[in-house]
Amino acid sequence: MTDRFLKFTRGHAGALRMVTVLGVIGSLVILMAFTLHHDPKPAATPFVVKDSVASVAAFKKVYKVLMSPRCINCHPSGDIPLQGDDSHLHTMAPSRGVDGKGVYAMKCANCHQPTNTAGKHTPPGNPDWHLPPANMKMIFQGRSAHQLAKQLINPKQNGNKDLKKLLEHADDGLVLSGWNPGEGRTLPPLSHAEFKKQWTIWLKTGAYAPAK
Amino acid sequence: MISLNVNDQNFDIDADPDMPLLWAIRDLVGLTGTKYGCGVAQCGACVVHLNGEAVRSCITKVSRARGQKIRTIEGLSKNNDHPLQLAWNEVNVPQCGYCHSGQLMSAAVLLRENPKPSDADIDQAMAGNICRCGTYLRIRKAIHLAAELQKKGETKG
Repeated sequence: MTDRFLKFTRGHAGALRMVTVLGVIGSLVILMAFTLHHDPKPAATPFVVKDSVASVAAFKKVYKVLMSPRCINCHPSGDIPLQGDDSHLHTMAPSRGVDGKGVYAMKCANCHQPTNTAGKHTPPGNPDWHLPPANMKMIFQGRSAHQLAKQLINPKQNGNKDLKKLLEHADDGLVLSGWNPGEGRTLPPLSHAEFKKQWTIWLKTGAYAPAK
Repeated sequence: MISLNVNDQNFDIDADPDMPLLWAIRDLVGLTGTKYGCGVAQCGACVVHLNGEAVRSCITKVSRARGQKIRTIEGLSKNNDHPLQLAWNEVNVPQCGYCHSGQLMSAAVLLRENPKPSDADIDQAMAGNICRCGTYLRIRKAIHLAAELQKKGETKG
């Protein structure tokens, strides 16, 4: 009686195992078919391979550029832009304004032309010259590497940029103008190509923030 | 030839597109109310309106102004009766007067965008217009007066 019972239960368990295995295989086949039939939108999410060491190392290089006068001068902690290689307050004290483009008779484009003006101590130019807007100041001045890395990947503090937009931002017109600053102004410490490379590495390895 | 619209009049001028607008206005169009000060956008003596904005004509290239609306001090009003001009006269603002066409053109943008400016608003708007005679306090007083005149004018109108 006991033997017969054991044989029965063993046989039953074996059948169950078979059904389970077939079920799992079936699910996988269905899942794969589903995945293959639903092409993900190309480049919807850039490919990220997390590597905190490589990421932090890349950001340290990026940080040197972001803290150079060519970047920091238009990312001030106050509402007046900075000027020169010593990042002094902009002469004439122009104000940020609501949209970052100045106020009244002191709008950026009143002096900053679409291109650099010839000569030393003349206004550098860009068709889109502006500070970040008043409701999202994107301050670089005074930020530690840790603070700035965190800020740059926070859409509520970075101009609503996701990873894809952040990657693209390396080629933004105003970012590029940092490497075309007009006469008498030093360039950022890395070439634009090297900056873009390190910026991309930082983001694509997980955008880790340095400890400090 | 480059076509410029200055004070609602069209002028065809023979100029290099890189010529500063100030040169074109003074030497080719013949309106000399706008002054040359520093030549590098640092002083505000050369301010004119380009599509209503107070640009510095000494570094604005003619190519940027081509086909746009330019207004100079001569075109600020038809009878020299813009509230700012009346107030400037009333308060006796100028001393040597050299910077005042630029001062008036900058102040006009301020009053258009902010009909009742505070002292701080005035300072913010006028910080880029330098006056070597130091008439700043009279400028501020006259802008307040012009704001009142502008309001009265609107009420009358």
